[in-house]
Amino acid sequence: MKVKSFKELKSLREEINNSRDPEKHCITICGGTGCLAYGAKGLVEQFKTEIEKENLGKKIDIRSTGCHGFCEQGPVVVIYPEKVFYRRVGLDDATEIIHRTVLNGEILDHLLYTDPSSGEKIIHEDDVPFYKKQMRLVFGMNGQIDPTSLEDYLAIGGYSALAKVLNGMEPEAVIEEVKKANLRGRGGGGFSAGWKWESTRKAKGDPKYVICNADEGDPGAYMDRSLLEGNPHLILEGMMIGAYAIGSSEGYIYVRNEYPLAVENVTTAIEKVRERGMLGEDILGSGFSFDIKVNRGGGAFVCGESSALFASLEGRAGEPRAKYIHATDRGLQNKPTNLNNVETWANVPFIINKGAEWYQNIGTENSKGTKIFSLVGKINNTGLVEIPMGMTLREIIEDIGGGTPAGSTFKAVQTGGPSGGCIPEQYLDMPIDFDALTKIGSMMGSGGMIVMDDRTCMVDVARYFLKFLEGESCGKCVPCREGVRRMREILDDICEGRGREGDVELLESLSHAIIDGSLCALGATAPNPVLSTIKYFREEYNAHIQEKKCPAGVCKELIRYKINEENCTGCGVCAKLCPAECISGEKKQPHVIDQDKCIKCGSCRESCKFDAVIVE
Amino acid sequence: MSGVNSVKKVEVKVKDIIQKYGSDKGFLVSILQDVQKEFNYLPKDALNTVSSYLDVAISRIFEVATFYKAFSLTPRGRHQLSLCMGTACYVRGASLIESNIERVLGLKPGETSPDLEFSFDTVNCLGSCASGPILVVDEENQGQMTVAKTNKILKKLGKKVKTDES
Repeated sequence: MKVKSFKELKSLREEINNSRDPEKHCITICGGTGCLAYGAKGLVEQFKTEIEKENLGKKIDIRSTGCHGFCEQGPVVVIYPEKVFYRRVGLDDATEIIHRTVLNGEILDHLLYTDPSSGEKIIHEDDVPFYKKQMRLVFGMNGQIDPTSLEDYLAIGGYSALAKVLNGMEPEAVIEEVKKANLRGRGGGGFSAGWKWESTRKAKGDPKYVICNADEGDPGAYMDRSLLEGNPHLILEGMMIGAYAIGSSEGYIYVRNEYPLAVENVTTAIEKVRERGMLGEDILGSGFSFDIKVNRGGGAFVCGESSALFASLEGRAGEPRAKYIHATDRGLQNKPTNLNNVETWANVPFIINKGAEWYQNIGTENSKGTKIFSLVGKINNTGLVEIPMGMTLREIIEDIGGGTPAGSTFKAVQTGGPSGGCIPEQYLDMPIDFDALTKIGSMMGSGGMIVMDDRTCMVDVARYFLKFLEGESCGKCVPCREGVRRMREILDDICEGRGREGDVELLESLSHAIIDGSLCALGATAPNPVLSTIKYFREEYNAHIQEKKCPAGVCKELIRYKINEENCTGCGVCAKLCPAECISGEKKQPHVIDQDKCIKCGSCRESCKFDAVIVE
Repeated sequence: MSGVNSVKKVEVKVKDIIQKYGSDKGFLVSILQDVQKEFNYLPKDALNTVSSYLDVAISRIFEVATFYKAFSLTPRGRHQLSLCMGTACYVRGASLIESNIERVLGLKPGETSPDLEFSFDTVNCLGSCASGPILVVDEENQGQMTVAKTNKILKKLGKKVKTDES
């Protein structure tokens, strides 16, 4: 049945809510890519079979939801209405959960999360330290809805912001509200969204395009994927509001093909909302028409750059062009185009529903609202965290993330993807917002936050990012194509023991040439990881160049694997796994590595339970 | 099957794919993704069909097919391994796994073995950072990868993993 007016939307929402009992038990299983990798799909089936078998459908609902964020602990199960939080749930646990927890109110101790700092077992989702300090505004709904169900989204108030806008707000008033909220682009640039909308609205040309940038290319960042996968309607609603404000009738979502579930869920969401007549011609009887198509990328990082993205959407190679004219004037097909990132669009319905003043209360002076970060790398609680702007890095890493794994010490946190930088410990107490991160030589970027410890070599990390960018440079302009390659070659030399005095200075001078001469932001920011590691970890560069040593024990050519006799128990695991068969020793006696045969593959070190394999 | 027939078959399949996108040139990348999914690589006949049905010059099609990392103009191996080289996987030791796979398969990332048994690739980030390092073996994500685990997987797929065996 089509929803043809605001009244019909209201009654549909009421109908859905009346048919649902908020007190009815609901077992929600996280269906994000992380939990799916741990077997969440089978778990959903298991719950369904059990409930069907026991004829409990009237008492218990099952819902496969979007990503809850705490990917480290997957598969995650939350039982409503009590919000009992179970982690690492296996297939065998389903029966017990249904009978003991849901029907009998018992708590299953072995499925509870234990706070590593206090040793305390935690029962409810909100009390888990990982979630406690977060402000899950944009991301919070993920856990309550099945992303493939429009009804679920409507039940929690979905599309009410769209209805509010279409039912009496002038487009200019919508733009004014977004400007007042000071919503800044979450894709990395931090550019004012309201300003962009206004420029596109005022630009001459027809049609005007509205695009959602879901080409989340920054390695180590996956918040956009989880939003698209977990709550696609929120993005669609944001885009529809934007399109109305701008005066656009055509929209695109440009999404990475590496995210198959996001493609699937957003495509399903579009179909469902179109079926209901809430996307397409004359939306909700307001006279406003708008439709969205999904276009997939081809695995090119540069396509996250606006002009390259347009080229890709036009069916061409994704090469950026010089931006003398803004995309708001001439973007896709040379028409006025407004491009915002997934998370930016997701913020829009909240601003409309709760108002710019409410939104302004969250965050710092010039960075409003929340930001989702993907907290990954050498950290205990890996996952997606949403925090109000202005929280310190230390709070995120230590309180939410639970610090670095036992036995290792924090060295740096990398933000901003390949365009960002590495931030050392001395800046951990700095509140995070767009401007503060830029000030210390990194940037917000799309929200990747990769924690590095004493086993991460900063020179090697700089080389890693350059290698990445060398491969992703489109090759159009010389400074980026040749400069980045030369820098990578110098870093190869340093990491492989051929470093020379003056190399660091050469890297610095090349960096500035690339920053000044590159056509697009990919090249202009490419040297950032190198510059920031030189600035904060110069001594590591020196150790590589002068002493030919890698203090972190990473750079193959500069290290040797050795067995510490005191720690070695002679269990023989390393010898069994060694592909070069170069580890020998009597049973229960310390073993020895034959340096001539060792290929430095690292399998002994990763497999030793006694930390007996050391690197020199 | 005769050559003419197989060309016809390719043509029919490619036409179906193009129609799904309403013959819109803007969806060229998506169309090529689907063609690659169908044939495991981008066969020349398929590209010719795309060119004529979308009315896009073959040179342009090749430009796109060679620009994007996802596409392959040569047949891919029966077993496909792709290793995530996102930053989170990298700091957790993906590069050691990369060199180990290179050693065992004798392939650099992007290469396919001459017997078409194996293809090895690296990808920039699969967004499953929590369970990194990730190795995708024939479309199945395998998390918390280690050098020893890769050896086990490769052994199962029929490769010799010890240095003196290869």
